[in-house]
Amino acid sequence: MRTVAVVGASLAGLSAARALRDQGYDGRLVLIGDEPHRPYDRPPLSKEFLAGRMDEADLALETETDDLDATWILGTAAAALDPGERAVRLGDGRTVRTDAVVIATGAAARTLPGTERLSGVHTLRTLDDARALRADLAGAERLVVVGAGFIGAEIASTARALGLHVTLVEPAPAPLAAAIGAEMGAVVAGLQAGQGVEVLCGTGVREVTGTTRADGVILTDGRRVPADVVVVGIGARPNVAWLAGSGVEIADGVLCDATGATGVPGVVAVGDCAAWFDPAGGAHRRVEHWTGAARRPAVAVRALLAGASATSGSSGSDVRPPEPPYFWSDQCGVRIQFAGRTGPGDEITVEEGSLADRSFVAVYRRGDRPVAVLGIDLPRPFTRWRKRLAAEALQSAAP
Amino acid sequence: MIPACPLRSLPRGEAFRLDAEPPIAVFHTEDGQIYAIDDTCTHQDASLADGWLEGCEVECPLHASKFDLRTGQVDAPPAKLPVRTHRVVVEDGTIFVIPSEAPANLPPGVGVRPQGAA
Repeated sequence: MRTVAVVGASLAGLSAARALRDQGYDGRLVLIGDEPHRPYDRPPLSKEFLAGRMDEADLALETETDDLDATWILGTAAAALDPGERAVRLGDGRTVRTDAVVIATGAAARTLPGTERLSGVHTLRTLDDARALRADLAGAERLVVVGAGFIGAEIASTARALGLHVTLVEPAPAPLAAAIGAEMGAVVAGLQAGQGVEVLCGTGVREVTGTTRADGVILTDGRRVPADVVVVGIGARPNVAWLAGSGVEIADGVLCDATGATGVPGVVAVGDCAAWFDPAGGAHRRVEHWTGAARRPAVAVRALLAGASATSGSSGSDVRPPEPPYFWSDQCGVRIQFAGRTGPGDEITVEEGSLADRSFVAVYRRGDRPVAVLGIDLPRPFTRWRKRLAAEALQSAAP
Repeated sequence: MIPACPLRSLPRGEAFRLDAEPPIAVFHTEDGQIYAIDDTCTHQDASLADGWLEGCEVECPLHASKFDLRTGQVDAPPAKLPVRTHRVVVEDGTIFVIPSEAPANLPPGVGVRPQGAA
């Protein structure tokens, strides 16, 4: 293998490039990114960066000791993948010839249809998005956040701390309900309300009003909420359109096995755009968490390098299954940490601390088996549970 | 030299957060060694005393950066800068820490409170 192209230059792409060098790949390495920026950390965009406590230099992901010896092509999106020709075609017409490809093109924020013509309506995904939102919030008094997932709930919390009047609108029964379940989501709703955010759950947004600039929203129940700024945080869709016709199988993301390998030899996928097979759940799942983007590329690169040398005897059978998903969220002055996966019917017990103190560890069980853990401001016992879940996942995957 | 805690109150595998300025984490490894490093991860605000101790290495409880307790060096990203190490002395059953005089690598947005401030 003489050239590897990593398509996507954010956390997953950078982590893949590092893994390639760490695992001994010494050929040509090309990183392709659609944004003009060097790799930067996205989680602070809704928190410290939005609040003005971090600046752009603080977001840089590369370190002084990174010695990737890579060619960077930034500010140009990949337009097509041609495995037959072994080439990545770029939006500006250039072509990068390569022997292997790491797909790390991430995801793009979903938007509300019909809001394109209005100023004052934001999504938050990129540094440029965050700059624009930060500038717009500086002159605003009322913010409506549509969607109480991580990004929406964090922006609501940050903006409230900046002194804005904030309304958080969520069709589900509670914030973060998809990730941590409605029961614990209700605890987060309490935290949000406690710091003065108006939380409206169980209702969606019918329309964003305004002529040239947004001036409010109309909810599905008919209520009107005035706003100077509207943030739409309703999830993300994987950036995979460029793979059409490549032979790489696409569903909700790039379909991969449990090591990140696609059905096309020499092509793996990592990060938000990738739907790895999850042996525990028996299905492909996209994981949009920072930790997955940071840690899974090492697994995928191992598979990629093993595949390249498969004829010389390496089977890749020692590849470990991915660890349970982990994420954190800082909001309302507390640190929320979650590991594993929860579904309807899981039984939740508080193992340490108490809900009343807003400091606890809760374990989710399916039958007798712990499947997930939530920690609020108790990182030490949370980490022990997280490690235990990872060890059990590894054990249950052992032959 | 700052008294941290009695040796017997810090079993092997445990950590103690010393409320210095900035805070210091004292670790008792499974091998019986005692090390002290800055408690605050250099990447983002998290207490390393709450981290996962394995051998002579601690993993940050937030983003899994790893630091070598002996040198303070980063063993795994996302942290970019080392933590300071501090000398440890055990006398009459008490663990004492002699704080480093080097400047601390605190994460963005985390400042050192001036001496005497609340």
